[in-house]
Amino acid sequence: MNVLNFVSAFFSDSAHWHGYDGIPQRLLEHVQYSLLALALAAAIGLPVGLLTGHTGRGGNALAFIATAARALPSFGLLVLIVIMMGFGLLPVMIPLVILAVPPILVTTYEAVRSVDPSPVDAARGMGMRESRILFQVELPVALPLILSGLRSAAIQIVSTATIAAYVSLGGLGRYIVDGLYQRDYEKVVGGATLVAVLALVTLAVFWAAGRLAVSPGVRRR
Amino acid sequence: MESVTKRYPDGTVAVDRLSLEIPDGSITVLVGPSGCGKTTTLRMINRMVEPTEGTILLDGEDIQRQPVTTLRRSMGYVIQNAGLFQHRTIVDNIATVPRMLGWGKQKARARAAELMERVGLDAALAKRYPYQLSGGQQQRVGVARALAADPPVLLMDEPFSAVDPVVRKGLQDELLRIQDELGKTIVFVTHDIDEAIKLGTMVAVMRTGGRLAQYAPPAELLSDPADAFVEDFLGADRGIRRLSFFPSARLELTTGPVIPLDATAEQIAAPGADHLLVTDADGRPLGWGAPGDLTAGDIRPAELLPHGRPFVPGTDSLRAALDCAVLSPTGWAVAVDAGGRVTGVVSQQTIGEAIRSAHAADRADEAKVSS
Repeated sequence: MNVLNFVSAFFSDSAHWHGYDGIPQRLLEHVQYSLLALALAAAIGLPVGLLTGHTGRGGNALAFIATAARALPSFGLLVLIVIMMGFGLLPVMIPLVILAVPPILVTTYEAVRSVDPSPVDAARGMGMRESRILFQVELPVALPLILSGLRSAAIQIVSTATIAAYVSLGGLGRYIVDGLYQRDYEKVVGGATLVAVLALVTLAVFWAAGRLAVSPGVRRR
Repeated sequence: MESVTKRYPDGTVAVDRLSLEIPDGSITVLVGPSGCGKTTTLRMINRMVEPTEGTILLDGEDIQRQPVTTLRRSMGYVIQNAGLFQHRTIVDNIATVPRMLGWGKQKARARAAELMERVGLDAALAKRYPYQLSGGQQQRVGVARALAADPPVLLMDEPFSAVDPVVRKGLQDELLRIQDELGKTIVFVTHDIDEAIKLGTMVAVMRTGGRLAQYAPPAELLSDPADAFVEDFLGADRGIRRLSFFPSARLELTTGPVIPLDATAEQIAAPGADHLLVTDADGRPLGWGAPGDLTAGDIRPAELLPHGRPFVPGTDSLRAALDCAVLSPTGWAVAVDAGGRVTGVVSQQTIGEAIRSAHAADRADEAKVSS
């Protein structure tokens, strides 16, 4: 049996479409974990990135922290935290957020830093307040790059959120973990396929967000 | 500006005890080589740079005494690359300051449309984005945006230095026209002495180290440079350029050597001149010819010598008249009226005499002032 057979067998089995271990339920859980982790990471990464980018201070410290955070293995971290804190949603969120903050933080910082200084100078010279300069002059121009940082963070979260299953939570990782345990490779491949599809959907969502949120004057078309 | 100094923490002095009185309703140009502190001086007026010492008074009041955003909103600010907001349409770019001041969207946009017309921008550009405009058009938008809230003061930091010479000339003419209509107090920074002389009512020449070398009207700058630095900065042909400030209206024109295309043999012979200017039926110049080469009733315009670019007495300066004479193969300049019809011709000698008498009159004026 090859991989494609696994995939078609997994998705054609009607048992996989119902109940607490059904695809809709697992998909919903996976999306919930991912959204929560992305929201938390953005809540940390965006303000810090915007502020440091606007003032131009703290760039080196930022790069150091980001590199260090990237070096942490998510799975190892999860095991460590679970040992320390026990099971639950929080121990899963911590490694996911640590994984997602660096790309958001660093690209946001770089995006704001690289905004052409002359409109900023003009805005300041016409009496615009600093907060307005950040949100109305720098942010709209930096938005495409900031979105790309959020996008890569989101993709990483979606694929890494499978580890939640290792600590008894749900999500698409359930199929992979259980499938491996039960030597049910149909399940493993099916779960992996769903994760890949969800990652592609994430890409599409960010593409659409970019079309809607970025001014045509910045997109240049 | 009273004895204003800007010293940076590393000890560099950008502006050194500069005192300057900037007259209302006219264009004051700060000019000098790069690093002379002219931009720093400008930026101290809207407090983008805070002076280390000295005070700057606006209508008698220290600019430190009002909130910095209020001060800046009362001054238009135009910078080198226009600095437009690329995510906003042209009309919204121009409406920025009125919107900040709390105007309604409709009113601000109507004002923006009015300004687009004033700076010579096609209304069709209103909904475009900055990247769709040429450099010259972007700079016009920059000027319109600075004028949007009708500030009494306009600060311009090398606004035209990034566009090509033809567009720059257009923008300069436009600025002079706008200034004629609106009577703003404009402080203009440039490194181009020609631009300074063309635009300035008063010109402040600054030297490296942030010191004022001379502050004078452009004509005086050209006739009496304060020192070798100013003289050198003005360039080699300041004598010629100074002629721009002498009118050509008093030049004595002669119509003697001017003949129509259908001139008789008698008309050709009568003036006794070396060269004759032939005009068409409407009185427009065709070209020069020697009497010996011209046959009555059979003057061929194609065989005449070119007459060069004519000047308009009263509108053009002595510089334009001299230029015409120098360019003319016969050494005579052709004067025309606004409609392009010949009103007379004038020789290099006559122009030379006019220049000498203009200089003499100038010296007499000065003597009167100093006595």
